[in-house]
Amino acid sequence: MTAAFLRVAILPLVAGFASLALAADIPTAERRSGSEFMGPETRAMQDDDTTNPGMLWVLDGEAAWRRREGAADKSCADCHGYAQTSMNGVAARYPAFDAAKGRPVDLEERINMCRSEQQKATPLPFESQALLALTAYVGRQSRGQAIAVADDARTYPFIAAGREIFERRQGQLDLSCASCHDDNWGKKLAGAPVPQAHPTGYPTYRLEWQTLGSLQRRLRNCMIGMRAEPYAYGTAENVDLELYLMWRARGLAIETPAVRP
Amino acid sequence: MARTLLNVPAKAARGEIIEIKTLIAHPMESGYRVGLNGAMIPRDIIDLFVCTYNGAEVFRATLSPAIAANPFITFSTVATESGTIEFRWTGDNGFSQTESVLIAVE
Repeated sequence: MTAAFLRVAILPLVAGFASLALAADIPTAERRSGSEFMGPETRAMQDDDTTNPGMLWVLDGEAAWRRREGAADKSCADCHGYAQTSMNGVAARYPAFDAAKGRPVDLEERINMCRSEQQKATPLPFESQALLALTAYVGRQSRGQAIAVADDARTYPFIAAGREIFERRQGQLDLSCASCHDDNWGKKLAGAPVPQAHPTGYPTYRLEWQTLGSLQRRLRNCMIGMRAEPYAYGTAENVDLELYLMWRARGLAIETPAVRP
Repeated sequence: MARTLLNVPAKAARGEIIEIKTLIAHPMESGYRVGLNGAMIPRDIIDLFVCTYNGAEVFRATLSPAIAANPFITFSTVATESGTIEFRWTGDNGFSQTESVLIAVE
């Protein structure tokens, strides 16, 4: 009776301590991009611009950058000039705080804000080829640069909110993002290595998708795998999670457009 | 016009074996998938790729529905003379695209 009571009382306590001990951040020196978990063939495919299929979208994005759109009949280039200089390093800082919205916006949303406010054009739908192409083109201009999202009084509450989502267990499998990507990275899940979930190369060409996809698509993909309800495209939860992941990946180099298995 | 990524050395020595890499944007819809409305999505693939070197065929590949989207084809040939290397992709729904690259052989 006493022994049984002790077991019931102690087990949750032990389990509680264990999860506390495990849910630690990955030390800075051990942080590695997803590309370091891939095979040499996939890495070679990413590193050569003539074999990286993401470059097809970058080329489309380059054309879209110069194309006049909307009632204002303005192109991205009319305001921003050469993306090679004006967009250099921008993707490494996104999601970034937008004063008018009072919250962070990701690169896709920023492009769409430019479209509706400056070009007077209709916003591009999430995951459309046109939005992916422009995002990939802008992202490409930061390749090799260290991720450095703002970590200040304005963004802190949103980073904290993203972290809360990352560490919260949810879905039928009762998993959090951290269960895999903080506590079990480097191990295998159904034969595939579990990476650390650093969003270094979005939009990313995922071989499994056979197309380019956004970070939000990837997040929804993981949540469906957890059998949780995925957040809808463009919701605050998704952007908070994106911001937390970019903050967590600070210092790693942008690889856009990356190739992933 | 579909986007392509081509990698052919601009210069080569006579008799040198050169590597050629080609990538083309194409959905390669297999014809075995069902759409959101429950209807089969009709097949739409590239079924033939041909490379000619100054008009002479040096490489040919037939593609099947099992090949992934945006097919990446890499092969090698011998640099014999300066001229044009031409690539042609043909497929369903009248798909046909031709691209060419110049090569200088010394």
